[in-house]
Amino acid sequence: MYLYPVWIRLWHLFNALLIIVLIVTGISMQYTDKQDYVLVVGFARAVKWHNFAAILLTVNYIFFVTGNLLTANGKYYKLEKRNTWSDMWKQMRYYAWGMFKGEEHPFPITLERKFNPLQKLSYIIAMYVALPLVIISGLGLLFPEVTINRIFGVSGLILTDILHITMAFFLSVFLIIHIYTCTLGSKPTSLFRGMLSGYHESEEH
Amino acid sequence: MISASIRYLLFFILALSGASYSASGSELTIEKADTKDSITYRSPYYEDNERCFKCHGQSKYEYTNENLGRQVKAMMFSEVIINRNKFYEANHKSFSCTDCHSEEYTKFPHAGELRMEQSYNCMDCHGGDEKFSKFNFETIESQYRNSTHFKLEAEGFTCWDCHNPHYYKINIRNNSNLKEAVLYDNNICLRCHSNYNQFQLLSEREEINILQKHEWLPNQESHFKNVRCIECHAEINDTILVSHLINPVEKAVKRCNECHSQNSLLMSSLYKFESKKQRKDGFFNGIILNQSYVIGANRNEYLNILSLLIFAVLVIIIGSHIYFRLTKK
Repeated sequence: MYLYPVWIRLWHLFNALLIIVLIVTGISMQYTDKQDYVLVVGFARAVKWHNFAAILLTVNYIFFVTGNLLTANGKYYKLEKRNTWSDMWKQMRYYAWGMFKGEEHPFPITLERKFNPLQKLSYIIAMYVALPLVIISGLGLLFPEVTINRIFGVSGLILTDILHITMAFFLSVFLIIHIYTCTLGSKPTSLFRGMLSGYHESEEH
Repeated sequence: MISASIRYLLFFILALSGASYSASGSELTIEKADTKDSITYRSPYYEDNERCFKCHGQSKYEYTNENLGRQVKAMMFSEVIINRNKFYEANHKSFSCTDCHSEEYTKFPHAGELRMEQSYNCMDCHGGDEKFSKFNFETIESQYRNSTHFKLEAEGFTCWDCHNPHYYKINIRNNSNLKEAVLYDNNICLRCHSNYNQFQLLSEREEINILQKHEWLPNQESHFKNVRCIECHAEINDTILVSHLINPVEKAVKRCNECHSQNSLLMSSLYKFESKKQRKDGFFNGIILNQSYVIGANRNEYLNILSLLIFAVLVIIIGSHIYFRLTKK
């Protein structure tokens, strides 16, 4: 089943690479000490790469949102009100119990339903809440002169930074879960292969 | 190059900001700088000093030329014009002009040889005086003698080049507004270092463009606004509040993590005295947050612990899931 058109795969590839660069350089800046290298990148280089990758990620994000607005891919990111919680519970139960008992996947992938209910909610939060907040707060840190100096007596920059690192942390957790759940296809590598070829191999996680 | 492209790409955001800080020209300014006229101090020598200020307090002066038999108006040299208001706000406001200058100046026209009078330096009055012991003038002097500025003494460099005796006032020790204090201190350096007319009196070097020299510094404007030149250009000292040991440029701090780290050097310089007050909200070097924010130096301990806990739970959940996948096949 051809599920991932070229533009999605390209966006996903760039997004993945840039997010990894941003996480590594972000942690390098946050946990820097007097030694030159924390993790793999020194502070000065981390700042430069982080800024550069962040701008590319912003452009890539605009590309993603525009693509979702102009193509049918946007429909996968629309929450349906009916049975949302019970569907998510079903999916959760499947991950925690059913899959070990050989039960059928409660929400098999079709052209109409690319994401299972848990996937859909987490993707919506990641792509339409966390990432925009990371981008906006990141711009506030990139241009500290535009950030409000004091908010109720607290530095506007520290609040912006806390929002930035909290959302970035959430995205890092999301990334780990995302990569792990992508090993739950028919074979551990089949979902990764699908994202490269565009064709989904049936019996997914 | 990267930062330049980023700046152009998002220029519109800056345009909206109405950034109020400018580093062009010889002095840094904050547009909203206080222009209060709140001098309440009345000097015991006010009347005496007024005899001097009558001419030296403005750009024009008048005198009776007996040879011509009429009043003459002339321009006062800018170097010898003293701003009354600024003088009466300064540390030496309680002085009579003739405490430091010759009594002979009370006569007009002034004798030509008075121009050659030897001026006092700081240690002539402050050295060895118990009253000023908390300022550690002796340490300041010894630091100055080891500083790169001391090499210019033969060219005429003195304390007064940084601390104008008529206008200097204690700054960071008393100022609760750190940004104002930073601005005041940095303007001391910029008096020579961004004003070639002044600079060439003491050095044969070509004009140095401060902004270009610091082009490598990310968020240059923000750095200039929030830290003093001496944070990077002076040696840290434990006994005096403001280090006077200005290092040669080769020894200037260029590694970002000297400040952007948990054991930030800012805590031994700009925030030295403030750092004794501790905050209890888990932020490392939290005192910086009262006035500013430094990436890498202001991590929050509680958020660190929370993030590690969340990661640990995640690893346990994924590990258990992998275990069951392997064993329940």
